[in-house]
Amino acid sequence: MSALAVDTVHTMHVGPATFEVAAGSCTALWGPSGSGKSLLLRALADLDPHDGEVRVDGTAQSAMSGPEWRRRVGYLPTESRWWAPSVGDHFPPESTASFASLGFEPDVLAWQVDRLSSGERQRLALLRLLARQPEALLLDEPTANLDSESGARVEALVNEYRASHNAAVLWVGHDREQRARIATAQLRIDAGKIEVV
Amino acid sequence: METIHLSPVDLSIASGLVLALAVVTGWLGLAVSRRVIIAAIRTTIQLSLVGIVLKALFAASNPLWMALVACVMLAVAAYEVRARQKRRFRGGWSFGIGGVSMFLSSFAVTVLMLLTVVQPTPWYEPRYAIPLLGMMTGNTMTGIALGLNQLSNTAFDARATIEAQLTLGSSGAESIHDIRNDAIRTGLIPMLNSMAAAGVVSLPGMMTGQILAGNAPGEAVRYQILIMFMIAAGTGFGVMAAVFIGARRLFDERDRLRLDRLK
Repeated sequence: MSALAVDTVHTMHVGPATFEVAAGSCTALWGPSGSGKSLLLRALADLDPHDGEVRVDGTAQSAMSGPEWRRRVGYLPTESRWWAPSVGDHFPPESTASFASLGFEPDVLAWQVDRLSSGERQRLALLRLLARQPEALLLDEPTANLDSESGARVEALVNEYRASHNAAVLWVGHDREQRARIATAQLRIDAGKIEVV
Repeated sequence: METIHLSPVDLSIASGLVLALAVVTGWLGLAVSRRVIIAAIRTTIQLSLVGIVLKALFAASNPLWMALVACVMLAVAAYEVRARQKRRFRGGWSFGIGGVSMFLSSFAVTVLMLLTVVQPTPWYEPRYAIPLLGMMTGNTMTGIALGLNQLSNTAFDARATIEAQLTLGSSGAESIHDIRNDAIRTGLIPMLNSMAAAGVVSLPGMMTGQILAGNAPGEAVRYQILIMFMIAAGTGFGVMAAVFIGARRLFDERDRLRLDRLK
């Protein structure tokens, strides 16, 4: 059981937002650019100060430290950042990341970050997040820089992770067909206000 | 050996040189003649005033006056630290961080040296305390200003990289670790350079002064080494304190990066 329950979360720019993503299910979130999708995800990941409460598996955000919350609720921003020279520096030691599922050989850990393409960066950013085994996922356009084949692999990997870890997934995406494929519930955000579709 | 006294005539010969500089820069159209004159006048007035204050202070040798002067020096230095920041901490924190870390380092080191090494009677004897404290605050101030400035500028530019680490569950201290260490190194470089170059590239001001005042070079050298070590310790601990407090202040209690605390 790792449901994600959002209770009247609001910041200066978004909310109040109240909704729940059931354990093992995926909810899609969409809205025009500038509507506050990323800001909402930042608040849910506790990167921005906000009011209201978020719970994962029944445990409140305020009941644990910020870093512990962010380890349990994995947030994938649209653009990934890398702070060390090699790919492997960004993965936990003895990482069990499923590199093959996204088309990488195991030697990818020795690759230099500044030689990665934008698509490789995006796929590896998802892998380095999943390697930390979060209980819930906040994914901000995880297939935006990918061709359709890589995009399908990412969808399959997230589906597989969601099922095997019974994880709640909140997926921000612009593609209507993709949202219908991956999600069982849809939320629309406009000017910071959330509505169930 | 006696100090050779300077008469007003001696000083007017030197001021003639400054006037000549102003005239020549005027001819060349460098547009700095006015500033040369104003700076020369400021130096004269400021130093004369300091001379009067020091004369009174030395005559009185009162611990309360001494404490007051020390506090004024600290406040001015803390203000300088704040003024040299491109991105200041809001709400007086730049001033506060500078003041606290200089108090912890330059004051503590100066008092320690007065009590255990120099040992004048009384220990706060202004003739020793004021110059020592002045040299300490002047040098730690430069290091702290550099270190804090480097910290806040780099953190501002590296926002996305720091947050990428936070997002994956790192603490604030872990995410800013490298930036913090770089800032400390930056703050220490002027002190390290001046220690390495002392006597070879430049003759330190205090030593020059003591030799001009008629002291034996050996005595002047020992004092200068003492000062260099005090400055090294004071700057080192001061920069570390300032950068550590500053790096802590960049994150809140939920380990969020709070760049809104800078302006």
